[in-house]
Amino acid sequence: MAKQPVLLEAKNIIKDYGNGQVLNDISLQIHKGEVIVLVGPSGCGKSTFLRCMNGLEQIQAGQILLDGEVITEGKTDWPKVRQKIGMVFQSYDLFPHMSVIDNIILGPVKVQGRDKKEVTEEAEKLLDRVGLLDKKDAYPRQLSGGQKQRVAIVRALILKPEILLFDEVTAALDPEMVREVLDVILELASSGYTMLIVTHEMQFARAVADRIVFIDGGKIVESDTPEAFFTQPKTDRARRFLNTFIYAKDGEKLTSDSY
Amino acid sequence: MDTEFIAEYIPLYIEAAKLMLGIGLIGIVLSLIVGLLIALIQYFKVPILRQIATVYIELSRNTPLLVQLFFLYFGLPKAGIYISSEGCAIIGLCFLGGSYMAEAFRSGIESVEKGQEEAALALGLRKGQIIKYVILPQAISVSIPALCANVIFLIKETSVFSVVALADLMYVAKDLIGLYYKTDEALLMLVVAYLIILLPISILAAVLERSLRYAGFGN
Amino acid sequence: MQDLGIRVLFMGNNFIRLLGGLWITIRISLIAVAFSIVLGILLGMLMTVKNPITKAFTKIYLEFIRIMPQLVLLFLVFFGLTKSFGINLSGELSAVIVFTLWGTAEMGDLVRGALISIPKHQYESGAAIGLTKWQVYRCIIIPQILTRLVPLAINLTTRMIKTTSLVALIGVVEVLKVAQQIIEANRYTVPDSALWIYGTIFFLYFFTCWPISLLAKRLEKKWKTT
Repeated sequence: MAKQPVLLEAKNIIKDYGNGQVLNDISLQIHKGEVIVLVGPSGCGKSTFLRCMNGLEQIQAGQILLDGEVITEGKTDWPKVRQKIGMVFQSYDLFPHMSVIDNIILGPVKVQGRDKKEVTEEAEKLLDRVGLLDKKDAYPRQLSGGQKQRVAIVRALILKPEILLFDEVTAALDPEMVREVLDVILELASSGYTMLIVTHEMQFARAVADRIVFIDGGKIVESDTPEAFFTQPKTDRARRFLNTFIYAKDGEKLTSDSY
Repeated sequence: MDTEFIAEYIPLYIEAAKLMLGIGLIGIVLSLIVGLLIALIQYFKVPILRQIATVYIELSRNTPLLVQLFFLYFGLPKAGIYISSEGCAIIGLCFLGGSYMAEAFRSGIESVEKGQEEAALALGLRKGQIIKYVILPQAISVSIPALCANVIFLIKETSVFSVVALADLMYVAKDLIGLYYKTDEALLMLVVAYLIILLPISILAAVLERSLRYAGFGN
Repeated sequence: MQDLGIRVLFMGNNFIRLLGGLWITIRISLIAVAFSIVLGILLGMLMTVKNPITKAFTKIYLEFIRIMPQLVLLFLVFFGLTKSFGINLSGELSAVIVFTLWGTAEMGDLVRGALISIPKHQYESGAAIGLTKWQVYRCIIIPQILTRLVPLAINLTTRMIKTTSLVALIGVVEVLKVAQQIIEANRYTVPDSALWIYGTIFFLYFFTCWPISLLAKRLEKKWKTT
């Protein structure tokens, strides 16, 4: 497969909250159509990195480039950038005072100034795709966690972003709902979306990723294909990290192929 | 109890109540506007205006309405600023109420989870749109009990309007006591008048608070 | 003349007289707050009792006191008691009675709120580690209630001080009445004295209540996190 152009690029990102560096010189290229999964121990900086990519966190040094253009220098029009970089959060953060459909069309109507009727039709199509068309007039509090997260994904999709960021989107879900959300993301991956995913679901990571990036201590420690990363991690830190997911003595959890 | 006396003077109380409610209503509406503006100034962290707002809130919350009215009505004319009785009452009520309403709106805004703002940012909404479509609708429904309590508080505060020469309920009652020495009747009508005005509002407030607590969007 | 108006404050002992007037209202507030705290704690405890008659009585008391403007309550006691029972109460005594009644209602509600805010498992886990009932109260319940209550009680004090300004309207010679006397006495020599005197009173009240409000706010913040 010929290499696609670079869509989003981080160059030597440094992020500092004032008490030690959270991100220490991170560089990463995300090509069009590529699915990159960031893994690493809690507090390693992977979520922070994700939040830096759409300007929710400010970086102290380095550059972020979108479509080859630097977006972190001068006065960035973040609202414009964020329409191209969609994001889904761990805590769904649907707007509780709006129905599902209103949650979804708020962005396109108010931000992109698109026609409400046309957007509503599109929203219904997307809802159908994630199996929630019958919930379009429900309010978020009437939905289960998994349903909320699927709505949140649709809410990000409808802006037609060039890339989607997923920040531990299943971490707050009950175990039996994780699957329904991950299936949606898998489906998006197979239809060619560019995605940057932070997750603790290792089997999912292996199934969905084109490349696994292992971050520890604010640095990229390894970057490899899922196959290589999960079967032959190159560093001790990665091996130790992967070991924390193994319960059975034969490493059943790692090698099982539920995906 | 002199029922004839009561019947004769009820219209006086009705007039007074109308006057008080009219001025009170204007004052309360203005307080709401001032309060919302200040809450927005604080939310957007507008420089200078924000500091002014802080000073105003502290001044307003730590001085009695009675003293504010004395200054407006008796003090300011000496500086060449003449304001009518009604004007003083409205300005005073708004000066007092604005800070209370601001606090109610502010705590409502603060109660909205931070994730809401981030989710809206991630959709590309601008700050003004976020406050309008995401934060305020949620904040106001949280603020309603506090806003209602403030409305009741402000209506009660209107009882000092007689000091700026307005013929309010207290003024009428005091007049009847002074002129005819019909203390029991005058006081009874006073209490009943305030009950008629305030009881429905406070019951409504209680009902609103309960329905907001147990329900939510989507019920 | 305008720039000279402020001199009226420094003539004779005018400023001291104003402070003396302010002290009258503060004294009423402090006495009323002291009574209110004691009676309010009792009322608050009474309100958590499940007896329906006690409940009804305390509820009616609370609602009536809180719904009536304090000035109406002052009128009821000052004019009403005098007339109906022939008791001649001074304005100050009436004020102490009214503000104690009012403060007790407010305090009682705060105490009730603090009492019911302590979750039941706090009592249970105290008992579970072998504390006696009295020890549970002394070591677990009362400290939690106090941290909730103290800032609110301090807040009640500022509200009390602001509200006692109303006693001017039943003839108590407090700071506003003293002001009127001073303004009247200097009517011809300092015609614009009202601006300065009432402005001064505004700030006198402010600098009395503001530090107390700040203290309440600070305590509230301090105890919230722990």
